[in-house]
Amino acid sequence: MTTLPLTGQATPGGLLLVLAVLLPFAGMLAGLALGGRHAQRVSWVTIVCGIGVVLAIAQRLLASGDALRYLLGGWSPPLGVMLRADGLSVCMMVVVAVVVGAVAVYANGVFGTPAGVREARGPLAFWLLLLAVWGALNLVFVSGDIFTLYVALELLTFAGVPLVSLDGRAETLQAALRYLVFALIGSMLYLLGVFLLYGTYGTLDIALLAGRINAQPLVWAAVALMTAGMLAKTALFPLHLWLPPAHAGAPAAASALLSALVVKGSWFLVVRLWFDVFAGVMSVSFAQVLAALGATAIVVGNLAALRQVRLKLLIAYSTVAQIGYLFLMFPLAVQHHSAQAVTGGLLQAISHATAKAAMFLAAGLIYATLGHDRLADLRGAARALPMTVTAFALAGAALIGLPPSGGFLAKWLLMSAALATGQWWWALVMLVGGLLTSIYVFMVVVRAMEPAAPGWSPKRQVPRYQQMAVLGLALCSFLLGVVVLLPVDVAQIGRAAMPATVTGMP
Amino acid sequence: MNVFQLFGLTAAVLVGLGLYGLIVNPQPLRKVLAFNLTGNGVFLICAVIAHRGAAAGMSGDPVPQALLITAIVVSFAASALAVGLMLRRFEETGTNSLSAGSDAGSGQARANVESR
Repeated sequence: MTTLPLTGQATPGGLLLVLAVLLPFAGMLAGLALGGRHAQRVSWVTIVCGIGVVLAIAQRLLASGDALRYLLGGWSPPLGVMLRADGLSVCMMVVVAVVVGAVAVYANGVFGTPAGVREARGPLAFWLLLLAVWGALNLVFVSGDIFTLYVALELLTFAGVPLVSLDGRAETLQAALRYLVFALIGSMLYLLGVFLLYGTYGTLDIALLAGRINAQPLVWAAVALMTAGMLAKTALFPLHLWLPPAHAGAPAAASALLSALVVKGSWFLVVRLWFDVFAGVMSVSFAQVLAALGATAIVVGNLAALRQVRLKLLIAYSTVAQIGYLFLMFPLAVQHHSAQAVTGGLLQAISHATAKAAMFLAAGLIYATLGHDRLADLRGAARALPMTVTAFALAGAALIGLPPSGGFLAKWLLMSAALATGQWWWALVMLVGGLLTSIYVFMVVVRAMEPAAPGWSPKRQVPRYQQMAVLGLALCSFLLGVVVLLPVDVAQIGRAAMPATVTGMP
Repeated sequence: MNVFQLFGLTAAVLVGLGLYGLIVNPQPLRKVLAFNLTGNGVFLICAVIAHRGAAAGMSGDPVPQALLITAIVVSFAASALAVGLMLRRFEETGTNSLSAGSDAGSGQARANVESR
């Protein structure tokens, strides 16, 4: 079974895919060469142009109703490298562009270097790494072969690890080192799988591999190695130990990037592998293992979040739990090749990306205002930062899955897929997870609403535009449910073999 | 046993040793060395595939060799990044272990560094 059209033809507008990858990296190099205060300006120019490119790609995809393709150097697979962007890739690219834009607005306040202030290394590193994360993610989304995916993932890791230790404290260095070790094991296992597949089938191209794949022990070995490697990078239970210290220790803008976007890169790769490369040979029992890990992550992550005493750690453990939801889609989608479950999983990823970025940025603003982020002593936060606490509550509602948020739509699609395929236990896990999530979101919001102690004043006034950026992200997440009104199922464009049985959303 | 099997088994042993070292050693430097050992095993497998998959008239399949060079560069960069982080961490704390027990000791180590 082939899930991607085998035609080796480049489509018009394919060059946009190259631009989407090249532009952030070109901006990064220019920023590195110019240095200091120019890096921020170069980043802004790159971000504005990059968002334009991503929108142009989305427009081409919608207009043509087919995946965009580009042959690098005019060489067609199996020897050449093809870039492809189907509906899944383009949806993720748009979300990444939105989150990167919002994080950049927020970072202007934290990592800005206004005239008269000495240039420092931290802001320079942040702006360059922001662009690097963006370029690497775009490469993950448009890669058409499994080795380019490996390179893209490594770029993503190398951009993500220094983000953890931007402030250079000993704890964050340790967290970065631990993250790097996990990521390195993961990439080596993935690479071993790539070599095994090349040795067996003589190609790296995803579409060609999908056509040639057959059930044999070597393929199972490759599936196991590659998936295990990606789980280490995505921090799915039980390989999640590196995530909370790394994401909680980083500066808020970096945490938002790491938690919202970087973990989605390796998750997207698992989706590519399972639904494109190995679609023909995948069995439900494998997928059940993935979903069981996901379900454990939901319970363990949420319970751990409830026991935290610091806001950023709470949000980081909530990421551990939300990553679990991303893996519940696998048994639901593999069994009947259900497009509904894939769309649900994608919506969950989008909703989590925007909501989690908003939460970490809100936590950053709360930290700046109160001078700490101890949960027991959040009172006064809502008085000083009404917009930010609203944003936190909206993002929390999206994580819980209250209508009309994207989380609600995602959980609705996943739950109805679970019930339709007779796997009610996954629906139960989702409900329990939502309940636990609501407890800690309410806990934080209620404490932040308490009136401040008399005579208390904020440590620092945060600029209004930072609060607006956070609120904008939270609103994106909260109003994502309106995609029901879209006439076509954008995620499924260019994914030929997925039977279009469920195009009508609830 | 032909030469492919010999190299294949050697690669498997290298990967196994590397993974064992990565998991059990609390010292980050040893973890990085173990990672390189695993990497060498994986690269050896790639080289075996290149040799075995040689088309008629060529001494080796060129595609895996191109992959191999890329992968070696990437793993070199990864090792450099890890060593850089380790050096910086040693400057900050005076310790170089990731095990949980060392956190208690790190304050002591820092005190020693400061007293010197």
